[in-house]
Amino acid sequence: MTAMLEVKDLTKNFVKRLDMAGKIAQKLGSSIREEVVHAVDTASFTVDKGEVVGLVGESGCGKSTLGRMIAGILPPTAGQISFKGVEFTSMTQEEGDAAALAIQMIFQDPFASLNPRMRVEEIIGEAPVIHGMTTMQEKANYVGETMERVGLGREYSRRYPHQFSGGQRQRIGIARALAVQPEFLVCDEAIAALDVSIQAQVINLFMDLRTDLDLTYLFISHDLSVVEHISDRLVIMYLGRIVETAPTDELFDKPNHPYTSALLNEVPRLDHRGIDYEPVSGEIPSPLDPPPGCHFHPRCPHAMDRCKAEIPVLREIAPGRLSACHLNDG
Amino acid sequence: MNTIAEQVAPIAAASEVKVETPFRRFCTAFLDSKVATTALIVLGILIFMALFAPLISPTNPYDLAVVSILDSKMPPGTKSLDGVTFLLGTDGAGRDLVSAMIYGLRISLGVGVMSGIFAMAIGATVGLIAAYFGGRTENIIMRIVDIQLSFPAILVALILLAILGKGVDKITIALIIVQWAYYARTVRGSALVERNKEYIEAATCLAIGHRRILFRHLLPNCLPPLIVVGTIQTAHAISLEATLSFLGVGLPVSEPSLGLLISNGFDYMLSGKYWISFFPGIALLITIVSINLVGDQLRDVLNPRLDR
Ligand SMILES: Nc1ncnc2c1ncn2[C@@H]1O[C@H](COP(=O)(O)OP(=O)(O)O)[C@@H](O)[C@H]1O
Ligand code: SF4
Ligand SMILES: [Mg+2]
Repeated sequence: MTAMLEVKDLTKNFVKRLDMAGKIAQKLGSSIREEVVHAVDTASFTVDKGEVVGLVGESGCGKSTLGRMIAGILPPTAGQISFKGVEFTSMTQEEGDAAALAIQMIFQDPFASLNPRMRVEEIIGEAPVIHGMTTMQEKANYVGETMERVGLGREYSRRYPHQFSGGQRQRIGIARALAVQPEFLVCDEAIAALDVSIQAQVINLFMDLRTDLDLTYLFISHDLSVVEHISDRLVIMYLGRIVETAPTDELFDKPNHPYTSALLNEVPRLDHRGIDYEPVSGEIPSPLDPPPGCHFHPRCPHAMDRCKAEIPVLREIAPGRLSACHLNDG
Repeated sequence: MNTIAEQVAPIAAASEVKVETPFRRFCTAFLDSKVATTALIVLGILIFMALFAPLISPTNPYDLAVVSILDSKMPPGTKSLDGVTFLLGTDGAGRDLVSAMIYGLRISLGVGVMSGIFAMAIGATVGLIAAYFGGRTENIIMRIVDIQLSFPAILVALILLAILGKGVDKITIALIIVQWAYYARTVRGSALVERNKEYIEAATCLAIGHRRILFRHLLPNCLPPLIVVGTIQTAHAISLEATLSFLGVGLPVSEPSLGLLISNGFDYMLSGKYWISFFPGIALLITIVSINLVGDQLRDVLNPRLDR
């Protein structure tokens, strides 16, 4: 069976080009260079149909960038994304449009993610009308049904986003995605900005929708405890690279990668909600100038000489488990 | 499901309250200032007079059959040979000054507003495109904008009019050319901020086309600064036109704007016939000041940091 989503060697570099002054300075022999942020570095993983995969890593490690590339918002620098066995760049125009709609994204910020100048009806109903999933005449009803599906009364469709609370706005964002009948949702820190009391409700909504609509999820979070109970499988990311993937219970039982172990130490944690805390000792190195070899070596308690020079490859260490650490080479 | 019902409850209670649209909020805030409200009323009257000049004006100053050179340079309040009272006197050609001013206002406002609208449409489109697509497109567009803005507007307009010649259409074109870059720069500035917000990413993800994203999503969110710049620039265009007319380029003598009336009367200033220049000058001043006052209040009310 081919995976629903397959990501292979996906890479994204953000290049900050030199301005005119910088170029002149460079010509004159200054050491100024273009700054390159290695946001995502040769990431590979798969998501099967119906699965919930949690993507976890510290803030700034490239999770959102990875999610955006999958959702078709950002073009990758290199690597492939395949949806239902077809690679993005080899799709026909039609296939590409269908895949673009089939993969939708739920955003972190319930304020910035809704157009403040549009009524809810327009926010949710615009795309399905454009793509022929409903008509102008049927739109009000279609939007109403979608709103009810996410637990909002259809009578609020004439309102503007600012008239709703954070949790309700997040539901509007979910309804907007559902309105184009997606199969795969990328949820980027979708509950991180919400009050604790609302977080559980929105998580429950996601899980209800999963069964009702047969959805597949990539659930992005900087907080392992958020995805722990809902994910079938976890993908752990560190500084742009995937360091370990494993079924959730196995990962919690027996973490392989030292970074995963460090993250797990934090799990029965105090309330760090909304703060990007540091679960692991030491500074997160800058993705502008990542350390050579294993990115984790400056903070790793097991670091060896080899770790400073050689990049550990992500490879199978047990059925269904991958890890990228030199310790596995015995 | 219980939890969801709970969550929706607060809006249910508020649903009897009238839906507060952003526009209604904006109106309340605007009318809060007495000065701005007065300026808006004055501006409204001026626009009304300009629009309905042929109906309001006591005489038709362009109708050579009515205008008599024998009536020229009459002081305010004089009666004409035909028994018509010239409230503000007559100008050098014997035109009733009130009528000439109403028609002049029509031309001044018309040129200012038309050039403003076209410059705004061009500038906003170009600015949106620059911010949205970025890269080379943006570099090229913004270089042109920088070059355009580095020359004094009056100088560019003078050169253009020297090439184009005289006429209402010519001066409007010249004013569009000197103004579009202000709009482009303003729109690009706010569009750069807006385009990085998640609602634009959401629209991309929903495969809504570029054109729709530009004009339905980005543009409405860049509107507040655009409106502010639009009013200020219109006032600027009107004074620029007046200056050009005063300098004798731009408008033909047969279609005098307020600026041209001032210019025409200037020759008689020294001989004590002050009114020919003075009253059109006052009218121009009132027009520009009221537009600027309205613009200032718009700036305060639409301030994005206070809004939302
Ligand atoms: N548009 C961008 N331009 C330049 N750098 C970016 C851009 N988006 C993200 N980055 C950088 O890429 C890295 C990863 O960011 P992100 O994917 O948002 O991480 P996460 O979601 O895990 O917090 C960060 O260092 C961030 O500063
Ligand atoms: S490769 Fe080396 S530095 Fe990296 S996690 Fe494994 S032991 Fe630590
Ligand atoms: Mg993020």
